[in-house]
Amino acid sequence: MADLHFLANPARYRRFSQRVLPSLAFATVLMLAFGLYLALIQSPPDYQQGDTVRIMFVHVPSAWIAMAGYGLLAALGAALLVWRHPLAALMARAAAPVGAGFCAVCLLTGSLWGRPMWGAYWVWDARLTSMLLLFFLYLGHIALSRAYDEPERGDRAAAILALIGVINLPIIKFSVDWWNTLHQPASVARLGGPSIHPSILVPLLWMAVTLFLLFVLLVLLRTDTEIDRRRLENAEQQA
Amino acid sequence: MSGFSALVARDLRLVWRRPGDVAVVLAFFVVATTLFPLGIGPEANVLARIAAGVLWCAALFAALLSLDRLFAADLEDGTLDLLLLAPWPLELAALAKCCAHWIVTGLPLAALAPVLGVAFGLEPDVLLALSATLLVGTPALSLIGGLAAALTLGARKSGALLALLALPLCVPTLIFGAGAVEALATGGDFGAHLAVLAALALVALATTPWAIAAALRQAGE
Repeated sequence: MADLHFLANPARYRRFSQRVLPSLAFATVLMLAFGLYLALIQSPPDYQQGDTVRIMFVHVPSAWIAMAGYGLLAALGAALLVWRHPLAALMARAAAPVGAGFCAVCLLTGSLWGRPMWGAYWVWDARLTSMLLLFFLYLGHIALSRAYDEPERGDRAAAILALIGVINLPIIKFSVDWWNTLHQPASVARLGGPSIHPSILVPLLWMAVTLFLLFVLLVLLRTDTEIDRRRLENAEQQA
Repeated sequence: MSGFSALVARDLRLVWRRPGDVAVVLAFFVVATTLFPLGIGPEANVLARIAAGVLWCAALFAALLSLDRLFAADLEDGTLDLLLLAPWPLELAALAKCCAHWIVTGLPLAALAPVLGVAFGLEPDVLLALSATLLVGTPALSLIGGLAAALTLGARKSGALLALLALPLCVPTLIFGAGAVEALATGGDFGAHLAVLAALALVALATTPWAIAAALRQAGE
């Protein structure tokens, strides 16, 4: 925790990010190149799904990151409300659109995968529906944090929303599961089956780590931008 | 506690002096539900099948419609500043505001819904169940909506933003409210659904006043 408090100062964070960002970007690009090779060329096509199974290498990590990203928003919200860390607000502002982006990628790739596998771009499956609601929660956070003339008010309102949202996410997930079993029997083919073969699991985990690095990279980059923007706004007000 | 009842009584008195505000919300509820048969068609079995969901969604929209003025008027005339300075907890004041909102919207909606349900061809016991679920579930809508109203206090385009924030959070209430009515109609376990609905309302009761108070404090700063 001590390290996080150390980084709460935007100037110190800036020195940290300028040291870390170039190597992080370099590592992400290298890992992404190798990960795409693993996922698109090296790994075998699925015996049932053929080449469409390769969508999974982007789809599943995006879903994980979208969920973790909302957790990050809640943690940053708590840091802002409890310790009033100025950086937490800027990072939440930077992270929300990235998380929403991964959520959208998950929904879009899922829809493209669903068309050949289930015969429909969208089914009201419990997991799809909860992911869509997570996307709406992201949208609410983004809209609320940008809805005020004083950005600090939007930051704090969005922080409260993120905390309430993270409490509600399990409840929403549970009720959507219940709703799905009530309304439609499990007619949807699932991946499930036996455990995943290593030839698919290794590229999947590799892509998960890579996309997670990409998420971190984008959030750090955007946080830098937010610091610059906030400084510019303050300078304009003083001028 | 006297502060709590005084605040509820004040809000009710304000509504009593301008009953048009509540009438508009109820009229919206009636008109919005009337549009569904017009859009979907008059087949009786289809309408009876969707009635619970339609009435619950319309009640949700009607409750949200009336929420954007919940704290805005208090912010404008300075009441909110007095509530912030008052020697008793702001959480209690938030709860009192939501309680008053429920009395003037949740209760009339629960009373009005069976009348509209008749037009959808629902059986008498289903009508009663519909009213019961609205009675149990609308407090959660008032509390969650109250939170969205407090968060958007003073924001640009606060009305649309309020709906964007509140609707995803209201999904569980909608699922179990409409689900309970459907369970009764299709021979499912009505009691279990109603119990979960009550649990959702209690969770909202236990969590939202703190969040509303936090949002009001930062709005008052």
